[in-house]
Amino acid sequence: MIASIRTGLKSQKTAAICAVVLAILFLLSILAPWIAPHDPIHVNLALKLQSPSWDYPLGTDHLGRCNLSRLLYGSRISLGFASVIFISSLLIGLVIGTFSGYRGGITDQVLMRFSEGVMAFPSLVLVLGLVGIFGPGLPQVILAMVMVQWVYYARMFRGMVLSLREKNFIAAARISGSSQWTIIRRHMIPNVLPPIVVMGTLEIGWAIMDIAALSFLGLGIQPPSPEWGSMIHEGKSYIRSNPELMLYPGMMILIIVMTFNILGEALSEHFGVQRRYGKDGAR
Amino acid sequence: MGGFIGKRLLAVIPIFFFATLLAFLLIQLSPVDPAEAYLTAAHIHPTEELLEQKRHEFGLDQPLFVQYAQTIMKMCRLDFGTSYISNEPVWQEIALRMPATLQLAFSSIALAVIVSIPIGFLAAVYKNSVFDHLSRVLAYVGASIPQFWLGYLLIYFFSVKLDLLPVQGRGSWAHLVLPSLTLALGLIAIYSRLLRASVLEQLQEPYVLYARTRGIKEKIILVKHVLKIAISPMLTGLGMNLGKLLAGTIITEEVFSWPGFGRYFIEAIFNRDIPVIQAYVLISACLFIVCNLIIDLLQMYLDPRISWKGRSSH
Repeated sequence: MIASIRTGLKSQKTAAICAVVLAILFLLSILAPWIAPHDPIHVNLALKLQSPSWDYPLGTDHLGRCNLSRLLYGSRISLGFASVIFISSLLIGLVIGTFSGYRGGITDQVLMRFSEGVMAFPSLVLVLGLVGIFGPGLPQVILAMVMVQWVYYARMFRGMVLSLREKNFIAAARISGSSQWTIIRRHMIPNVLPPIVVMGTLEIGWAIMDIAALSFLGLGIQPPSPEWGSMIHEGKSYIRSNPELMLYPGMMILIIVMTFNILGEALSEHFGVQRRYGKDGAR
Repeated sequence: MGGFIGKRLLAVIPIFFFATLLAFLLIQLSPVDPAEAYLTAAHIHPTEELLEQKRHEFGLDQPLFVQYAQTIMKMCRLDFGTSYISNEPVWQEIALRMPATLQLAFSSIALAVIVSIPIGFLAAVYKNSVFDHLSRVLAYVGASIPQFWLGYLLIYFFSVKLDLLPVQGRGSWAHLVLPSLTLALGLIAIYSRLLRASVLEQLQEPYVLYARTRGIKEKIILVKHVLKIAISPMLTGLGMNLGKLLAGTIITEEVFSWPGFGRYFIEAIFNRDIPVIQAYVLISACLFIVCNLIIDLLQMYLDPRISWKGRSSH
């Protein structure tokens, strides 16, 4: 008993620390235009590959751009687009999954078979395949990632609805004359929130990693945008003389993804939600 | 037991069907006209007449369902069409690059297993010790580190600073070390945690208590009984992480200029070489499905209880 309370407190403490770190990162990304010392894409070849100074706290890159400003603006891109991908796939999954679980029958069968088809692929491979078809570029990458991700949410919501619809309070609501949509909105959605919070935390971390990986491969966000993955891609040519060019952005990705992962785990412990290993494996 | 195998095999068929259908429809979304791409690749000026002729030759004037059936039939004969870029049969190009990718994948799985068994086992036995905490940190870092960055970090330390290992390419054993390590770290993170959890779970079992009361040495209980059983879930982990591994080979091959299948795929994406993209997606889905099937069967062979637990119901 005491042990379980202790782990509970510990996971709360971890969650709080992670939340603070993420809040700072979010704040930095929102405030980037005001706190960044320089324009992140302003090229000044006279100042290329400078070491850190008061004017350029982290030095400059091979085109004389301010490293610190690029990192700050990079957090904007990563967090922003990861959130966009997360929210859109969540909403699509929510609507389709809930509907399919609630209706059952043919609709449900089609969704299940379709999602199994999607899950037969490692998700990054499918995203790459879609990008290959649509052509490289940021909108295509976002579209491809949403097209793959929503399926996992839809399955999760469907499963929850199926287990919830058997519950007595749903039956009571139905008997008392609530409409289908009222039942879904008032009784089902509040019950499914904790798993979503857990899944979402892990999902945003993964999305940041995938966006960076695609940009690194040259398929996502194109230069001169200060995206972390493409910064590593540009920095790798200077690995002998200026390794910090690729060290900084990678460090940022590591910190942010790790924080999301630890937070996700702490939250899942807190809410008593099982992590989905299936999805983990698909990456 | 035979019934279980039969059911498991039958369950693969619809998944296979939908996966291939998906890959096929994906190609249909492509704005590239295969006939035109083919003619351009062959340096023939595409006139309307030639295009019609090629479309007929490729079966593009057939209904979609017929085209799908033909694609599957061809796939079974390993005919994935010809590359738009090199004009060579896609399968030939893939067969040329496959050994490099398989070598990389197997060596990193081997490395991951060799490293994660002692880590996971000791972390469980010495639960909450310094070692356990260190292994937890390793797991978090391994799960969160971007593979492409890890690759360059390793290059920086081992090739640039220490000048011990070659930076890029394939050839000697030394070339294999850094790419395998890059690919293995993420797997080590997962496997060591899986093994730790499964050893801890086994330690709660009554047979451990009986063995202890019978006065069997702790070392023998741990290694001969607990570890032997606890390793089984790692197999499932292996199956579930094949996708991660596959995606990982793409990135690792790109970082280390490893002449494999994944790098060829990225090249194809840049060149809009649709037959190659389709082949990669199809082959990776098939590999994924088949490997998971093999692992399921292998696990059932190792632990016959699984088949009686009604796992065949899904």
